[in-house]
Amino acid sequence: MPEATDPVIGQPPFENYTLTNAYDEMFAPDGSIRPAYIELARRLCSLSPDELQQRQRYADLTFLNQGITFTVYSNEAGVERIFPYDLLPRILTTTEWQQIESGLHQRIVALNEFLRDLYHNEYILRDGIIPRHLVYSCRHYRREMRGLTVPRGAYTAIVGTDLVRLPDGQFVVLEDNLRVPSGVSYMLTNRTVMKRALPLLFSAYGVRPIDHYGQVLLATLRALAPAHRPEPTIVLLTPGVFNSAYFEHTFLARQMGIELVEGRDLLAHNNIIYMRTTKGLQRVDVIYRRIDDDFLDPMTFRPDSVLGVPGLFNAYRAGNVVLANAIGTGVADDKAIYSYVPAIIRYYLGEDSILPNVPTYLCDRPDERAYVLEHLDELVVKAVGESGGYDMLIGPHSTREEQAQFAERIRANPRNYIAQPTLQLSRAPCFVNGVIEPRHVDLRPFVLFDGERTTIVPGGLTRVALRRGSLVVNSSQGGGSKDTWVLY
Amino acid sequence: MLSRVADNLFWMSRYLERTEHTARLIGVGLTQILDQTPQAIAPRWRRLLAALHVEPPGDNLDDPQIITRLLTTDATNPASIMACMTLARENARQVREQISSEMWEHINQLYLNVRSTSIEQIWQDEPVEFYQMIKERLHLIQGITDATMNHGEGWHFIQVGRYLERIWATTLLLEVFFRPYLTCNEGVIDAIDWVALLKCCTAFEAYCKVYTADVQPARVAEFLLLNAESPRSIRFAADQVQTSLDQIGQFAGTRHAAHAERLAGRLRAQLDYGQVDEIISQDLLLFLSQIRQQCSAIHDAIYQAYISYPINQALPQ
Repeated sequence: MPEATDPVIGQPPFENYTLTNAYDEMFAPDGSIRPAYIELARRLCSLSPDELQQRQRYADLTFLNQGITFTVYSNEAGVERIFPYDLLPRILTTTEWQQIESGLHQRIVALNEFLRDLYHNEYILRDGIIPRHLVYSCRHYRREMRGLTVPRGAYTAIVGTDLVRLPDGQFVVLEDNLRVPSGVSYMLTNRTVMKRALPLLFSAYGVRPIDHYGQVLLATLRALAPAHRPEPTIVLLTPGVFNSAYFEHTFLARQMGIELVEGRDLLAHNNIIYMRTTKGLQRVDVIYRRIDDDFLDPMTFRPDSVLGVPGLFNAYRAGNVVLANAIGTGVADDKAIYSYVPAIIRYYLGEDSILPNVPTYLCDRPDERAYVLEHLDELVVKAVGESGGYDMLIGPHSTREEQAQFAERIRANPRNYIAQPTLQLSRAPCFVNGVIEPRHVDLRPFVLFDGERTTIVPGGLTRVALRRGSLVVNSSQGGGSKDTWVLY
Repeated sequence: MLSRVADNLFWMSRYLERTEHTARLIGVGLTQILDQTPQAIAPRWRRLLAALHVEPPGDNLDDPQIITRLLTTDATNPASIMACMTLARENARQVREQISSEMWEHINQLYLNVRSTSIEQIWQDEPVEFYQMIKERLHLIQGITDATMNHGEGWHFIQVGRYLERIWATTLLLEVFFRPYLTCNEGVIDAIDWVALLKCCTAFEAYCKVYTADVQPARVAEFLLLNAESPRSIRFAADQVQTSLDQIGQFAGTRHAAHAERLAGRLRAQLDYGQVDEIISQDLLLFLSQIRQQCSAIHDAIYQAYISYPINQALPQ
């Protein structure tokens, strides 16, 4: 049975394990086991590779049979895949979690203040904290939202913030996902599968529960309902079965016991939204929408959208229906605006940010653009409005040709790109092809904000770059995930 | 309940029933060919294909593997097990938060199983057992549905879907057996075929309990049309359709329900008080096609009342 200082690296099942300058979640740089992982190391040393393999297969089969899949957009229409699940948990201590929790709370409160200000008085622009043109040129800024009062000032009520851990062990914020973040269903199902696949290990640790996420989400949505509707009807609006996150939509609707609707189930009449039921038309008060702004209402936004509800925006403006998240929150998770978040926190809360940002170069600024173009082979370049790992360049892993292509794109539309140093994401042990090897991971905790309180269930989705050496954790790019434990 | 959900549940159920029907017919076809001359096989396959509305694959019906491929894995054939199961699962997927997890898991598993099986694999093992497995899994799904889902509005839409589909399929089946019997000479359809017809409806044993093993065409017709107790008879199915529509009407308010309920009641009354000798002496084939028309009318009435009703009639005043 290994003790903290025993050298387990090099011994089965860690015979292929290596340490680099990236932070390792399980091992300190000298090879000793971090305290929270000692019990895990013990269990892993006592299980044979066959037993581990068997549990991994059991977990995979559970996901497949339950249809816990996501859809990949590619040449072949709508291919369903299971989201690869790694058997070994990622463990966070209570101290680590406290910092994450208070940092996220601070950030979400500030960002909601920021959104309210942007769509009303624009003090932050008047005071020159953020350049006006940066806001107005943002693709996700919605002029239609000017002057509209959002219930309880909760613009972005449902958030999934991406954190990564740097070589010194510090968590930093990589991205704020303030529009329609996904992944929470995988956090919850990973836990369910974990409890079945490794029950003894799970019970040997004191792991804080996350199962109440559905109830908290429902309470948050209920809190946002129009004041004159005491018994609000809440629905979840999905783009439909071909959306990559469709499983999640069905999962959350079931967890909350609310109706899962598509655009074609809803209609607007006299600025009131109804859903078509077998009993007739039923009024809808709160819509947890999993459709992007662009597609919500063909009469206000993209006219070619068939996913949305004609007339929804006017009903929203009239205050007869509430959308969560509000429209136009994407301006605050624009990757160029992102670089101003520490300033935003200072401006509204008068505090320093608890969770640091990643240094970011705005290609919009001529001097920074010049630097970026010269250092494309070292930097990660991202489009400001994209997510999911699309339209990005990872300098050190790219070819000259790709760099040249990206340079063209940056010159053609500099406002659209930012660059960041290539981060050494932390690594965690993963069970890959029968052995335990380290892989890069990130962490997406899920934050709920009802205008007064923030709730963050203790945990999150740890995404894993399953290809050896890869830094891309997105599910659309071959990433997997693991269960994330926050200890008491 | 959302109208779209009712629509999905209804069709999920119809496609599951259709899958089972196809699997049952293939099973009977395969057992039937075992002890027959090659000349006798072709017309029998042709009859089963006609009952499924499937064009025979050319004139050559000697190779059961070709026929089973057409009816099992060929997704371009809308009556194939693969096509029906895909649609059943697609409908289930769109309402998976409405049905129980167990139902979804078993529908999904069966779909994955069918999708990953090739016709060569089926023939390498015992093909009859494969179709037996499909039937059993579908019975399991039905059992799980009854045992794990609330018997509320959604469950009644499932019932209506299943039994309307069953009536439709059974009338077609009766037609392909009785048309040659009634219009040509009696030699075309022999005793083996009447047994096959009963087996196509999993009703042979039940028939024997009522009439003994003396299989007479008029009795077969009576059993499959008018028996009050066999879940495979058209009368029983019409009874279920009416009961469930009644329940749905109570959930939704009778304002919507009147027309569909009246049509279902009329169909049921006709079968409740029908006499087989009268039906045969008048025109059995016409009777069967009228039942199908009535099913279509009930289907339309359900859609008018609950699913695709005009919005201006439903708006609050």
